[in-house]
Amino acid sequence: MTKEQNEPTDQQITEAKAKLDEQTRAMVAWHFDPASGCPFWLEYAAGLPWDPRKEIKSYADLDKFDGFEDEWLRGGPVRRWVPKALADKPIYVFETGGSTGVPKSRINIGDFRIDYEMFSQTLNDEYFPKGADWLMLGPTGPRRLRLAVEHLAQHRGGISFHVDLDPRWVVKLTKQGRVREALEYKDHIINQGLTLLRAHDNIRCLFTTPKLLEALAERISIPKAGIGGVFCGGTQMTPQFHRFAREELLEGVSEFVPTYGNTLMGLACHKPFDPADNYDVIYHPPQPRAMVEVVDPDDYKRIADYGQTGRTRLTTLTKEFFMPRFLERDEAERTKPCQAYPWDGVANVRPFSGFATPVVEGVY
Amino acid sequence: MLHIPILRQGQPYESVEKTELVHHLTGEPIAQLSLANSGLVSRDIKRMDDTVLESFSLAELMAMTKKAAALFMSADLPLGEDSQSFDDYIGQLSATTGMPITYCRSNAAKIHSVLDDIDKVIAGLTRGFDLSILDKGHGRDDDRTLSFYRAGRIFGAVLPSNSPGVHSLWVPAIALKAPIVLKPGREEPWTPYRLIQAFAAAGIPPEAMGFYPTGHAGAGALLQNVDRSMLFGGRATTRPYRDDPNVELHGPGYSKVLLDEDAAANWEQHVEVIASSILANGGRSCINASAVWTPSHAREIADALALKFAAVQALPADDPHAELAAFANPAVAQSINAAINQGLSGQGATDLTEKHRGSSRLVENGRVSYLLPTVIHCDDRDHALSNREFLFPFASVVECPVAEMPDAIGPSLVVTAITQHHAFADALMASPDIDRLNIGAIPTYRLSWDQPHEGNLFEHLYRQRAFQIEPAA
Repeated sequence: MTKEQNEPTDQQITEAKAKLDEQTRAMVAWHFDPASGCPFWLEYAAGLPWDPRKEIKSYADLDKFDGFEDEWLRGGPVRRWVPKALADKPIYVFETGGSTGVPKSRINIGDFRIDYEMFSQTLNDEYFPKGADWLMLGPTGPRRLRLAVEHLAQHRGGISFHVDLDPRWVVKLTKQGRVREALEYKDHIINQGLTLLRAHDNIRCLFTTPKLLEALAERISIPKAGIGGVFCGGTQMTPQFHRFAREELLEGVSEFVPTYGNTLMGLACHKPFDPADNYDVIYHPPQPRAMVEVVDPDDYKRIADYGQTGRTRLTTLTKEFFMPRFLERDEAERTKPCQAYPWDGVANVRPFSGFATPVVEGVY
Repeated sequence: MLHIPILRQGQPYESVEKTELVHHLTGEPIAQLSLANSGLVSRDIKRMDDTVLESFSLAELMAMTKKAAALFMSADLPLGEDSQSFDDYIGQLSATTGMPITYCRSNAAKIHSVLDDIDKVIAGLTRGFDLSILDKGHGRDDDRTLSFYRAGRIFGAVLPSNSPGVHSLWVPAIALKAPIVLKPGREEPWTPYRLIQAFAAAGIPPEAMGFYPTGHAGAGALLQNVDRSMLFGGRATTRPYRDDPNVELHGPGYSKVLLDEDAAANWEQHVEVIASSILANGGRSCINASAVWTPSHAREIADALALKFAAVQALPADDPHAELAAFANPAVAQSINAAINQGLSGQGATDLTEKHRGSSRLVENGRVSYLLPTVIHCDDRDHALSNREFLFPFASVVECPVAEMPDAIGPSLVVTAITQHHAFADALMASPDIDRLNIGAIPTYRLSWDQPHEGNLFEHLYRQRAFQIEPAA
């Protein structure tokens, strides 16, 4: 597909922007209404000299908030994040980070299901057949992925098999230079995955991380094992890895679907593969429910130009969670809207290079 | 622009990810270097044929190595889709590393001599037994049965950028029948790439040689997947592998010159050998001395060295009198300079070179920086600067009673002990801290390549087994 063919129309872009503004107004109205909002935001609003419900009229107006601080998500009481209108629903808490210290936590009720049902629509049934079972070979425990992939499988009429993986242990081993133990743990994970693949013929779809995909492909031919499609995420992917995964790990046969997601924002889908992108790994956020933008690292309110590198900034706008202007620990390039996603995307997300101490990343 | 590809079992591969190598002085792009992702490195190593060199006898492989020596020094060899002459190679090497042209040439000559003398090098490592035993797996030598098997099926090396001479260390692996996988240093892909091309032109099957410019994760993948390896790097790099016998570590050298009482009393006679041990090759090697230990006259020795070093200037890399390499990344020079200044800020250490020179050791010149040779006199051997090694000519001079030296010097790659006293020499001979020992006024950098260096490559790659065979009836 040529670049021109892939461009959305002006009308598509305008409509998407209107939907985003509408979602912003609705979510601000919901979260700052004493009848429906959560204690955190109601208390926060009480300390503001302005009323968000009156002054936030568009997505751009969210700049009136100071940045969302990740410290707010560490520690309790976690119920301060539960919107009053949803207080009687069963509440999940999902964690992110936590290799050292208190992890960030986010409450969840049904958002992960909505996110993954939307994602399901982007999967090609030829490679991810409906009714096929899944193998989830990735971080489990208190992470959203555990339930989200299971829901994805169920939503598509399949069953998800799981192998336990504790990424905090892997990060610890890596930081301590315990290379051999980290490799043994990886083998332990892969061996369990292989046992499941051999025992259950109906497993046709796989979720895994880049490192585990490599490790699995060292042991078996993934297409010959019957895997039609691989949904890959959890850590950074480079363009060269993207190419390597398509051409070699999946032998040009199985489908490769990279994603960028996290507990706070949801799941950003990969722009449909286009050779013109030269394997850039381009994600588009699930607008209008959440946004991923590239901003100037020195001025977090200034959106980077197209093609420019900057720090990623997340905004979440759902009934369960309101998170305006959160600076993620990543950097990326800003990319243009495409037909499938008539809003901006981000390319080649990687750890933010502006930190003094590098983040231990991509270890599982 | 020039492109240096990855070599996957000898086949060029252009990565989606590349880094640009620039001229240290002008910033002008010199070449693009394809970078391998870590999974690609592991995948290729697992698919390498570890028997590919067994179809040749050791004698044939040594003959090809000798042929490669000549080709390395003179032939036009492939460089990606271009061709590279020897002079191109020297120019490119100097351009991206900041190393003086003269040193690039002397290092190339060093590599050539190891390749050309490969029979002597291997005889030194194997202690001279009949090498056809390695072809057959067993045989009689000096009326004894000897049998060896190849424990290092695939050999890998994670290489540095500090000095091309280090490539002398891995090259015997090919004659020893081990296919190689190399991760070059970021600024110095030139030498390993050219060596691979010289070996290929000399008849070594390309599939026996892998070349993978890659990052930290790729280096880890290499070390985890080969059977035996060499890892060059600082303490932080080598620490995770310190208990892994399959990885031979080449970290800082902390090489030293030691004087006994007589040598100290006649120290003026030894200034030249001490100075050259510190200054040779721009002071960038682990075999350069970084400390001088003496029972007396430390201050005078330091002062004499400082006076000599104060004359050394930061000259352009193409100046035939250049003795120092430029730091292509000025931040590295600044951080080394700051570390030294911090060490000097307390009591007990004096930079004598700066006094004689009357100017700072840090010279900043446009895009590049230089660090001028530096001699520090330390009052105490426990001073923070007394056992440091930096990427330029740097040495401390400390006093220590001769009897205490063998236990006090700590791990030292090369020790040159200027002594004629047997008791001192014997005590040093017994020290497990010394890897290479020179008794007498031998510069630390003068190596005999037929002796092991931080490990014996033959013993790294081969294991001896007991073997008996019933004579045929």
